[in-house]
Amino acid sequence: MAERTGPGRVLLVTGVSRDLGRRFARAAARHPNVERVIGVDVAPPRGDIGKVGFVRADIRNPVIAKVIAKEEVDTVVHLSVIATPGTTGGRSTMKELNVIGTMQLLAACQTAPSLRQVVVKSTTQVYGASSRDPAMFTESMEPRRTPSSGYARDVADIESYVRGFARRRPDVAVTVLRCANLLGPNVHSPIASHFRRAVVPNVLGYDPRLQFLHEQDLYGVLEHAVRTGVPGTFNVAGDGVLTHSQVARRLQRMTVPIPEPVFGMTRFGGGEYPAELRALLTYGRGVDTTRMRSLLGFEPRFTTADTVRDFADSVRPTVSRTDRALASLESRLTGVPR
Amino acid sequence: MTESAAQGFTGTTTRDRHPLRAIPASDWAAALESAAKEVFGPEWEAQLARFIVFLRRRISGQYSVDEYGFDRELTQRFMLAVLRPIKEKWFRVEVRGIENIPTDGGALIVSNHSGTIPMDGLMTMVSINDELGRDLRPLGADLVFRMPIIGNIARKAGATLACSEDAERMLRGGELVGVWPEGFKGIGKPYSERYKLQRFGRGGFVSSALRTGVPIVPLSVVGAEEIYPLVGNIPALAKVLGVPYLPITPFFPLLGPLGLIPLPSKWLIEFGEPIRTDAYDAAEADDPMLVFNVTDQARETIQQTLYRLLGERASVFG
Repeated sequence: MAERTGPGRVLLVTGVSRDLGRRFARAAARHPNVERVIGVDVAPPRGDIGKVGFVRADIRNPVIAKVIAKEEVDTVVHLSVIATPGTTGGRSTMKELNVIGTMQLLAACQTAPSLRQVVVKSTTQVYGASSRDPAMFTESMEPRRTPSSGYARDVADIESYVRGFARRRPDVAVTVLRCANLLGPNVHSPIASHFRRAVVPNVLGYDPRLQFLHEQDLYGVLEHAVRTGVPGTFNVAGDGVLTHSQVARRLQRMTVPIPEPVFGMTRFGGGEYPAELRALLTYGRGVDTTRMRSLLGFEPRFTTADTVRDFADSVRPTVSRTDRALASLESRLTGVPR
Repeated sequence: MTESAAQGFTGTTTRDRHPLRAIPASDWAAALESAAKEVFGPEWEAQLARFIVFLRRRISGQYSVDEYGFDRELTQRFMLAVLRPIKEKWFRVEVRGIENIPTDGGALIVSNHSGTIPMDGLMTMVSINDELGRDLRPLGADLVFRMPIIGNIARKAGATLACSEDAERMLRGGELVGVWPEGFKGIGKPYSERYKLQRFGRGGFVSSALRTGVPIVPLSVVGAEEIYPLVGNIPALAKVLGVPYLPITPFFPLLGPLGLIPLPSKWLIEFGEPIRTDAYDAAEADDPMLVFNVTDQARETIQQTLYRLLGERASVFG
């Protein structure tokens, strides 16, 4: 599809109170082809939003439709789906924000004549994680076990509403980006906090395969999707996979094996381990990114290993003594100074 | 010696009286050096340095695994190294027809399955690696990947789940894939039914080969049936534990851990002539009749070869 150029692109970005939405909206507002960016959220953003016009609105109520109509929005970037309840309240509030919020947003989109494009950030967690999974999920594969609760269920519901919307508004290009677990120096997610711990718990007897997407590549792919307007569903992940033990070793962190039945029960000093993260840390997951390259035309700058390396620079190693001892022994034996 | 010894006499703390204090550092170094010579030979410095480089790479996680979780370095340097003496000294595996495996590109090895534990799969992996230098990528049941430790080792050794998605992805990627279509029915069958092939699943492996156009290489393994002769089963307990069968052999659980030592049967493994699938159209993979026919052809070849090999083997332990 040809690139959309010309002035007058008006973006509506949901979820700007959080870091991801705020940073993306601010960067988008600086783009020469973008006339204006409207950021929407229930809470005001916690940082500088630059030229972004902020509208404090709940996407769960019809006000959002008025905003889209009045501002003649042509592109909606939906980033407000949250993975953990966090400060919003309990799980029921989270579900309402995610699922009902998306329904209302799409209902508002459906009646907006100016709308040309919708970009939704989804996650590879829609595939779940189980022992019966294929090694690499492609976009056409279904999860082996349909998630019954939690974030993964929310995302599955959201994606089905988005598919319904795409059927009803064939003139709108709908892009769903199923992003792998996000990692980077500024990322605050359950898995990022998991690897930031001084001592990292792992599930005894399992070494799951993990794939990461660097935060900068997330901004990159959102920008790319908005710019090119390629419709469809795409897996987005850095190249290659690393096992949990490899990541822990590269971050120079000690791991403590915890048996699987107990892993879910303990909270390990306040760490958050929602069901989908526990499943991921047991069985792991890989996604195929062929379509991301060939159809969407996006190439991530960071591989999974690069992402972990960049993340490693932001965390302080907790066990490096063994490596230092071996390194000094090696240089003594080979006579090569380090 | 004199200095530290003198201190030992004058000092009164327990630390100074420690017996190891009396051994000077130079003695330690000499002892370590001779130990290193013993383990690594006269070239010990270079050998040890190489070993430490390896160790550091493992400890710092700077090795790579492929998308299925296959850790080639660990498999080659550790797992195969452990299995090799068992293959050569214990089972005295004799490999025939290795030329029937393509030296590159995708191929599907289809084998009979027996022996209570999948030792036949492990021995096939070592044999192909030794004779051909290729990695065999086994397809395993989902039970394998549900189990802790075992599932983990299986993935590191190159296995993946036996499903059409993974099989076809590997075959398209030019891997040498191994499949044991009898599954638990084959491996857990009683000793009285030895060398009688069970049903070959639903022929899913044939569909995968047809879709990817790779040759099917039938493999017949003689010898694995006798390593743990399965004379009994405790289905009730197996059900409780969630495993397909719970074996009783003449020595297990009677002799406890000793009963876990496999009997040293003589093994013959023969790779048969490849069944070509590239003449068929990929769409024909959905033709059940063709799939049945090719499945039968592979099964018949393996069964006939098993009978022939059994005739050629002098005795079980010969």
